[in-house]
Amino acid sequence: MTPTLLGRIQTRWVLLWTIGLAWVLVVGPFLPLAGPSVGAVWLAGFRTLLIVSIVGTAWEFVYHGLQQLRWDKDWPTLFGLLVGLNEGAVAYVLLRNGLPLAIPGLTVAPFVWQFGTVWLVVWAVSNGPIRVLFPRWRFAGGRFW
Amino acid sequence: MPRTLDPTDVPTVLGESDIARQGRRVLRRRFVTVGAGLGSLAMIHLWRLAGVADHALCAIGPLASPSDTYELLATNSQIPRHERLRSDSGSTIDAIWGWPGYALREAVEDSHPGSAIQALTEPVLHEFFTPKAGQVYRSVDREAARLGWSRVHQPGWVQMIRRAEGGGYWILAESLDDGPIAIAAEHVHVAIGYPGVQLLADLQQFRTDHPESGFRVANAYEAHGYIHDELLTRPSTVLVRGSGIVASRVLQRLLDDVEHNGAQTTVIHLFRTYVSDAQGDSPFFRRPAGNGFAYQPFNYPKSSWGGQLRARLETLDGEARAELIDGMGGTNTAPRRSWRRQLKRHEGRGTYRQMHGVVEKVVPTSDGVRTTIASADGTVATVDAAYVIDATGLQADPTTHPLYADLLARSGARRNPKGRLAVEPSFEVTGTRSGTGRLYASGAMTLGGHYAGVDSFLGLQYAALRIADDLAETGALPRIGPARSARGWLGWARNRRYDSNGVLA
Repeated sequence: MTPTLLGRIQTRWVLLWTIGLAWVLVVGPFLPLAGPSVGAVWLAGFRTLLIVSIVGTAWEFVYHGLQQLRWDKDWPTLFGLLVGLNEGAVAYVLLRNGLPLAIPGLTVAPFVWQFGTVWLVVWAVSNGPIRVLFPRWRFAGGRFW
Repeated sequence: MPRTLDPTDVPTVLGESDIARQGRRVLRRRFVTVGAGLGSLAMIHLWRLAGVADHALCAIGPLASPSDTYELLATNSQIPRHERLRSDSGSTIDAIWGWPGYALREAVEDSHPGSAIQALTEPVLHEFFTPKAGQVYRSVDREAARLGWSRVHQPGWVQMIRRAEGGGYWILAESLDDGPIAIAAEHVHVAIGYPGVQLLADLQQFRTDHPESGFRVANAYEAHGYIHDELLTRPSTVLVRGSGIVASRVLQRLLDDVEHNGAQTTVIHLFRTYVSDAQGDSPFFRRPAGNGFAYQPFNYPKSSWGGQLRARLETLDGEARAELIDGMGGTNTAPRRSWRRQLKRHEGRGTYRQMHGVVEKVVPTSDGVRTTIASADGTVATVDAAYVIDATGLQADPTTHPLYADLLARSGARRNPKGRLAVEPSFEVTGTRSGTGRLYASGAMTLGGHYAGVDSFLGLQYAALRIADDLAETGALPRIGPARSARGWLGWARNRRYDSNGVLA
């Protein structure tokens, strides 16, 4: 992909709150180790999305900075997948420790299922299928508007 | 080629009576694309997406398949169907969406995940995936059939495009089946590619002065298979000039023949500009280089098709724009490992030798060509070679093509900072509007505008999309929004054909 900074941020928010939200609502309750109740799963999922959106926006500035060192000013597909590791780790720490959005009693395994699958789905959609609906998106550096 | 018209015989603005006087058969089509090559395919693809029916559509050009000219040039420059192009997986000329890309399609066709994995891990763990030429041509044929190409294609050569009285344009052409025709069009798109093959000036002079030895020099885009054939029969020296992607391909062909087919060829490779270090002073804008070549995966940095560099270029004008285009483009080649290793191998064996300098003189010898070179180190050297292959490029001056020359001279078109045809960001040809009608251009002749990668599959598609959007803004077409796009993609994915009303069957 060849995102611009604004394109990165827009794509993150749009995809997390459409595809990501749908995934949390529909598939979330059926994931292994999902949680005690559907409501709890949804709440945890919602908070995870919020953290990944907000903190991720800050991450985008870091990625954009690194992208400047690349001649092609591109962001390889593999990078888009792997930065899920650092983002996941930070999100987990934040969700576990005391923020207003914290999820009481969060443990690693359910978080990995929830966050990991959302990340994979959003990454996969952003690497092709999104263009079926938005053919201009890739030319606009990931911007929708 | 068509009979050329004398521009002064034709009024600058044409009326029905002028056309009647010329005795031309008249066609009336609202949307016409001139060239009928890959640029026209991209345009018809978008017009079909927007729902345009047969009676409003026309693609005029001499060849039957939209990929014919491309394939001819690629084959001549030593990219046969089984070799790979310099284009990325998502630049699918048969589909604006670019998904699934050529890599995924190849993986499915071959029942092997290799190419898909390569595309997922490029360029970090692997080099960029690039599609085989044959795969692209097959995709073009499938899409042309789906679009109803044979129904909207008018075989013919366009001679001239002039404004029509009351708006729109008259396209004067020679039909291949039916003599002179005139097409009344409201909106015209021109994508006729390069005016022709351009031999280096000194080699052109050599051909003119020594016609009997003319076959000893060839442009890589000309049919020059006879050279490779003859090299298999006797030990020879070949001089290759140029250091772009075409030179790389020609070098590969020559050295492959040495390695696999028994040729005893010595390749002398002449660089006019030898790039030994990365280009650019800024750590944020520095192009890798090595062994004389400037390296980048594609002919421009990837983001110039749709990222930061595209956005930046769109804000620039005049000299600043030309400067950025030159900084991102110019002569460069792909850093393919196989090529670099091959050159190194042959450098060691003495079958590949680099020179750096400027050609002073080219004269015939009894069995070849003698080239005198003012070397960069101040000495003068001569190279006797059986053949000289010029891998420096195609003709880029629009005035050498009568159609462009006429638009520039008589229809208000202008040249851009790179000397080519000036277009707006919408790809409308600057200065040529005619009433409600608009004239657009895309492809190589628009380099120097607000988009660098015009001469590429993705560039042709981007241009087509901008043109479709511009026409939608005027109300001439519906805008291709998410629903229309998704319906179109489903039709494409299921290979549903458009009927004569422009509806997916």
